[in-house]
Amino acid sequence: MSETAPAEPASTAPTPTLLELFIAFATISLSGFGGVLAWSRRMLVEERKWMTAQEFNEAYALCQFLPGPNIVNLSVVFGRSIRGVPGALVALVGLIGPGVAIVTFFGFLYAVFGDIDALQRMFTGVAAAAAGLVISTAAKMAGPLVSQRFGGAHLVAAAAFVAIGLLRWPIYWVLAVLVPASFAIAWWSRR
Amino acid sequence: MKDDSGTLLTLAGYFALMSLFAIGGANAAVPEMHRLAVDVMHWMTDQQFANMFAIAQVTPGPNVLIVTLIGYHVAGVPGALVTTLAMCGPTCIFAFFVGRVWDRFKDAPWRAVIQAGLVPISIGLIAASALVVARASAISWTAVGLTLATAMLTYKFRFNPLWIFAVAALLGLFGAI
Repeated sequence: MSETAPAEPASTAPTPTLLELFIAFATISLSGFGGVLAWSRRMLVEERKWMTAQEFNEAYALCQFLPGPNIVNLSVVFGRSIRGVPGALVALVGLIGPGVAIVTFFGFLYAVFGDIDALQRMFTGVAAAAAGLVISTAAKMAGPLVSQRFGGAHLVAAAAFVAIGLLRWPIYWVLAVLVPASFAIAWWSRR
Repeated sequence: MKDDSGTLLTLAGYFALMSLFAIGGANAAVPEMHRLAVDVMHWMTDQQFANMFAIAQVTPGPNVLIVTLIGYHVAGVPGALVTTLAMCGPTCIFAFFVGRVWDRFKDAPWRAVIQAGLVPISIGLIAASALVVARASAISWTAVGLTLATAMLTYKFRFNPLWIFAVAALLGLFGAI
């Protein structure tokens, strides 16, 4: 008798319980600083073996293009594929719950002590470094595009950067124009 | 604190709508968060925004936590919860249903078109985020230098960003920034 339902991930480990799901995503959340992608791959694929590397890449590709926080989407997609609605909720709460509690506490500390001069100076440094981290993330993401032959995709990326970053236009109008345009370009360049 | 339900509704509406345009993750929406919180609603100064982005980065957890801080700043703990739920809720529901049918369309040509079309948009948005956050934190030439140095170091080498944050905090503390 075959027990593998086609929709379930073909993992090598037994299906995790809700508690195991919660612990796994809470651990991912607490180990990851400045984004948690690397940790979720390590936990789900290497340690728990709940997904194969291929399955992880597939799920991540999906969550990258879905709007909203990528890893949050991944927790929902993965939790659902394992245990339906309760699985999705448990994975989601595990992922964002601890971080929300900690960051709210930090927000409280900032509201109370934020005006202290020494703290202000430290923030100045950390904020500058955090900005540098986003620049290198953007550069890494742009790498594959830069090495492509110049085309419509480059214009779309440049237009998004100029409209949102330099002109500071609202994201809604910019994407209402750019997303259909980019789909059209991608469709046209495949023919 | 003017913690009326109107403020909470404003937060919920803005961030629920914004989440649907965050192509490439929460950081893709950072320019819009900045526009909303600093330029339109005047909830905070440029520098406060930069500080909150920094706090979110040094907190363990997903990048989306920046919205929790904005919500907390505007309307306390209820604001933090409402804003976080608004930013995650709509797209989670969307992800739940798309995840269910996605495998069925593995070989559909439109799937590849959607993916190929959204990649350059997410790159442009993250680059815009980088510019917005860099501008907000650029209070001096040395701050700009630290931003560029961090960008180059983390681009070339792989290491835990916490080390950089620790060094940056010390540099700031001793007045080097």
